[in-house]
Amino acid sequence: MLKIKNLQVGLEEENKQILKGVNLEIGEGEVIAIMGPNGSGKSTTSYVLAGKDGYEVTDGSATLNGEELLDMDPEERAAAGLFLAFQYPVEIPGVGNMTFLRTAVNAQRKARGEDELSAGEFLKIVRAKAKSLEIDADMLKRPVNVGFSGGEKKRNEILQMAMLEPKMCVLDETDSGLDVDAMKLVAKGVNALRDGKRSFLVITHYQRLLDHIKPDFVHIMADGRIVKSGGPELALEVENNGYADILAEVA
Amino acid sequence: MTDMIAKDGVEAETVEAVKSLSGEYKYGFSTDIEMEYAPLGLNEDIVRLISEKNEEPEWMLEWRLAAFERWKQMEEPDWAMVDYPKIDFQEIYYYARPASMAEEKPKSLDDVDPKLLETYAKLGIPLKEQALLAGVEAPEGERKVAVDAVFDSVSVGTTFQEELKKAGVIFMSISEALKEHPELVKKYIGTVVPQSDNFYATLNSAVFSDGSFVYIPEGVKCPMELSTYFRINAENTGQFERTLIIAEKGSYVSYLEGCTAPQRDVAQLHAAVVELVIQEDAEIKYSTVQNWYPGDAEGKGGIYNFVTKRADCRGDRAKVMWTQVETGSAVTWKYPSCILRGDDSQGEFYSIAIANNMQQADTGTKMIHLGKNTKSRIVSKGISAGKAQNTYRGLVSMHPKAAHARNYTQCDSLLIGDKCGAHTVPYIEVKNNTARVEHEATTSKVDDDQLFYCRQRGMDEEEAVALVVNGFCKEVLQALPMEFAMEAQALVAISLEGSVG
Repeated sequence: MLKIKNLQVGLEEENKQILKGVNLEIGEGEVIAIMGPNGSGKSTTSYVLAGKDGYEVTDGSATLNGEELLDMDPEERAAAGLFLAFQYPVEIPGVGNMTFLRTAVNAQRKARGEDELSAGEFLKIVRAKAKSLEIDADMLKRPVNVGFSGGEKKRNEILQMAMLEPKMCVLDETDSGLDVDAMKLVAKGVNALRDGKRSFLVITHYQRLLDHIKPDFVHIMADGRIVKSGGPELALEVENNGYADILAEVA
Repeated sequence: MTDMIAKDGVEAETVEAVKSLSGEYKYGFSTDIEMEYAPLGLNEDIVRLISEKNEEPEWMLEWRLAAFERWKQMEEPDWAMVDYPKIDFQEIYYYARPASMAEEKPKSLDDVDPKLLETYAKLGIPLKEQALLAGVEAPEGERKVAVDAVFDSVSVGTTFQEELKKAGVIFMSISEALKEHPELVKKYIGTVVPQSDNFYATLNSAVFSDGSFVYIPEGVKCPMELSTYFRINAENTGQFERTLIIAEKGSYVSYLEGCTAPQRDVAQLHAAVVELVIQEDAEIKYSTVQNWYPGDAEGKGGIYNFVTKRADCRGDRAKVMWTQVETGSAVTWKYPSCILRGDDSQGEFYSIAIANNMQQADTGTKMIHLGKNTKSRIVSKGISAGKAQNTYRGLVSMHPKAAHARNYTQCDSLLIGDKCGAHTVPYIEVKNNTARVEHEATTSKVDDDQLFYCRQRGMDEEEAVALVVNGFCKEVLQALPMEFAMEAQALVAISLEGSVG
């Protein structure tokens, strides 16, 4: 599914290297977790995959089903099946959540040469999916993320993911700012999308999200590199001992 | 007396140029139709000629001539934040009409030159009522819109005349109204925007060639939306239309106005006057989608849109609502205003002004509170992109007798890119201490994070900008009649094409 090879990335504005050769492979249907301390390059990895401005890729590649993502515009990556659940979902005043969703779904369908969904079809699908995420009609009408609580914003991200049906989902600290109940709800939404084919890259600081979204593999990132990889038990090790021990061990 | 000179419609070159540019300004085509022009330039004979062509009563000619005398002594205003080469008023044709309409005005739409009808069809204007043609009534629930279409200097036809007549509503071109209802025109023309009001209004008073006239009798709610469609086609021609709407006691009308022009590399002048008279308990909603040709990306050509629009709430509890979506024109100078004379009268102004590339817009409103408990609301959304300059200029004036008058103004500017400008120039005059005036203003930029968020979800950059901008304009779009809101939304997207990247 997703292959990241020797990815090296710096900031465009300043002469600072953030990713120093990241290698990562995610197979079809797999759930991979990346953990690591603040500033290790986790979020940068997700932004670079999605095509955010401000980063300069100096070396390496990232392919989705054999296609080079780094050569594509952000919207082309989205149409190719890459989805990023944002750590800080952006507010768009005046644009109804539903309008936003429909515009996004139809833009991707158009890019893939499929017919646009009619208002009726769309409404039916969105209502069904919103219900399981406990998103009510009011939240669908309100402007995108404006005045949403932390939990509402993250559930809204998962709703977008459910509507867009991506192949590869990247979740950037989706658990940040969530209480336990909200996290469970989000995890339930993510698990509902696991169908054996769709792949997930879950970026998190903490083990607790991984209690609810069970990863196949866990990678620890530090200073722009993957420094340790293992099974789900690696996450527990982090939880119990913190990053310091692992980093000391690698160094 | 001067004779009309026939001139070939359009040079083939222009047509080619327009074709090659299509896709940017959608309405840039021109109609190759034989036109009749008055001789170039402006003098007393031209004023007489226009009056004669419209077969006007003597008093109208006198009125025009008085305006012309005034105008000769006036100077072009230069206080607006717009910059354009000096206009040579002798290099403009003041009257142009399709030759086919020269002999006799068409009796019905069937007599109208098919090329004209084609032009309007291309613009999406349902000039010929489908229902009438097919001999059937419009389907239940489908809203009807009566249309008056003005092509260069003359009106080419007004639809739904019969049905409106039944309701007692008069909706016709002003030249027809001068023949059929001269007493009404005489009673009201120039009473809201006086002949000597300002340079362009005075010019219009002298040379206006056509426009729309609406009269809603007491207690009548106009059974359909009324709409006028203005089209400049001929080259080097000024368009000077005059609209007069009278809403008698307790009546209501919603009026829409749309404008387009072909793409030409020489700027053209448009100086219109709109007068609204609103009596006790009456209400007028006046919506404009102005999409005159804005000129090319380098600022060549385009329409100079110098317009005076004013509503006079003469009776108590009279209401007026101006909604405008200004996306076109190279230069816009326009301040639809409300005189709130009656006690408890209300004025509202909702505006979206988009300036892209080299466009300049200086637009806003005036709320003149004269009566007690008068209320006004201003919501202005200015969007600047490219190298455009966009100015909101507004006056809120609370007179001594306007006890407990209230105004709320919200003025938001949005910048796209770093070469454009947004300016807000509010004037507030308060002469009584029970009045309340609120003013809020914001300036923001289209945020990169918003665009990235939209693009990550699959929208391309222009779609993303259009979505964000439409969100920014939402309060104003909601004030538009539904059909217009859809069109306006699409227009917002089109006018911002090429504004990013």
